Amino acid sequence: MSEKSLYTERADGRKLDELRPLHAEIGVVPNADGSALFAQGDTIAIASVYGPKTLNPKHQQNPEKGVLRVHYNMLSFSVGERIRPGVSRRSQEISKVTEWALTPVVMLDELPGTVIDVHINILQANAGTRCAGINAAAMALAHAGVPMKELVSAVAVGKMDKTIVADVNKEEEDFEDGEGATDMPMAYLSNSGKITLLQLDGRIQLNKFKEALEMGKQACKKISEVQINALKEFK
Amino acid sequence: MTEKNGQKQVVVPGEIISQDENMLPGDWTIKEGNNIIAIRLGVVEKQDRLIKIIPLSGVYIPRRGNVIIGEIRDMNYSGWMVDIGGPYGAFLTLKEVPGYVEESEMENVYGIGDLIVTKVFNVKRTAVDLTMKQREGGLGKIKEGLIVRVNPHRVPRIIGKEGSMIKLIKDATKCMITVGQNGLIWIKGDNVEDRIYAKKAIEFIVENTTTNGLTEKVEKWLAENKSGVKK
Repeated sequence: MSEKSLYTERADGRKLDELRPLHAEIGVVPNADGSALFAQGDTIAIASVYGPKTLNPKHQQNPEKGVLRVHYNMLSFSVGERIRPGVSRRSQEISKVTEWALTPVVMLDELPGTVIDVHINILQANAGTRCAGINAAAMALAHAGVPMKELVSAVAVGKMDKTIVADVNKEEEDFEDGEGATDMPMAYLSNSGKITLLQLDGRIQLNKFKEALEMGKQACKKISEVQINALKEFK
Repeated sequence: MTEKNGQKQVVVPGEIISQDENMLPGDWTIKEGNNIIAIRLGVVEKQDRLIKIIPLSGVYIPRRGNVIIGEIRDMNYSGWMVDIGGPYGAFLTLKEVPGYVEESEMENVYGIGDLIVTKVFNVKRTAVDLTMKQREGGLGKIKEGLIVRVNPHRVPRIIGKEGSMIKLIKDATKCMITVGQNGLIWIKGDNVEDRIYAKKAIEFIVENTTTNGLTEKVEKWLAENKSGVKK
């Protein structure tokens, strides 16, 4: 097997570690307590936060700390072929992993008996929707005034044949030549250097995995800057 | 550090505000080693050695003694459940209402859906107690006027230092204004134009909360917009 990768150049002309054009904005949903929009290229996510508010039914309350609930939803027009609206097996899984990615930074101990509802809606999907969702949700939580240790940033790193690239799009995700495509979404805390989400779809060598992880961390730091700048615009 | 181009500097959760070991962490900050870290979105305020964050967004956090505007949601034999915004429910017991109230007469005093000006009497871990008794008066049912809803964290700027800002608006608009700490504002005035003028002035303050020298700007705004609104 040769060392040369079949995937040498990215279709959209990006460098291997270059992200898609990022756009972040807060306060997009006036009726929510906090809201944010995050776009990575053609992937657009809107997160709206309601709460902290009293959790009903009462038996679901935790008297020691608050509860964080995430609802991830892909709108039916977000992809090429219309998807059936409503909760699916996939959206349930993503809701749960997003919840796990965000919980470590949210200081729920200060809000006993309450719930914070995070609704993530994907307006347009072009791979990396869970990452865009996490990015938007972290900003929306900050906008809602929820006490947080720091922000969460997420990105999907991919391996096309033998080449590692940051922030994969749909076209790259579907790459089939050679070793095929590996997709690795990760959420990273830029200040403390912790990883709160790491999934892997495909196959990857250990040394390549370490390389991918490092690239993901650097990409997350860039995303974190965009998030911070958007939040600082707030008055 | 806290000011830039006449705007107060906004900090985000996780941002290091100070690396000075002599500084103390105040509201919405934590200390890790020598660093003071923000845990909420807001503007930084330094008072001698204390660093605190004044939040700009989020739900209402009840504090004892706050005068607020609440909506009656439900009632039982011992009092009324009141929606005051914020994470926890509030309760107004019968004995905290002036005078004697017969249980069968409760609905005539405060019915479901009524808005009341009330005061936070006690903040418990997951509940709030209210009272309608206050020496200065001013508490009671709202029967007429206009209600404006703003973010509770903008209320201090609307009131201003020792009520300077709200007095400015009251004098200019000839309206009676009650500002609830939970972000509900009651405007009572003789005619609709005055009430809308007052509402617009409040909206102007809300949009410019982080600006320095806001009082002068509001004075100017009130003078400029008086004729326009009056038409």
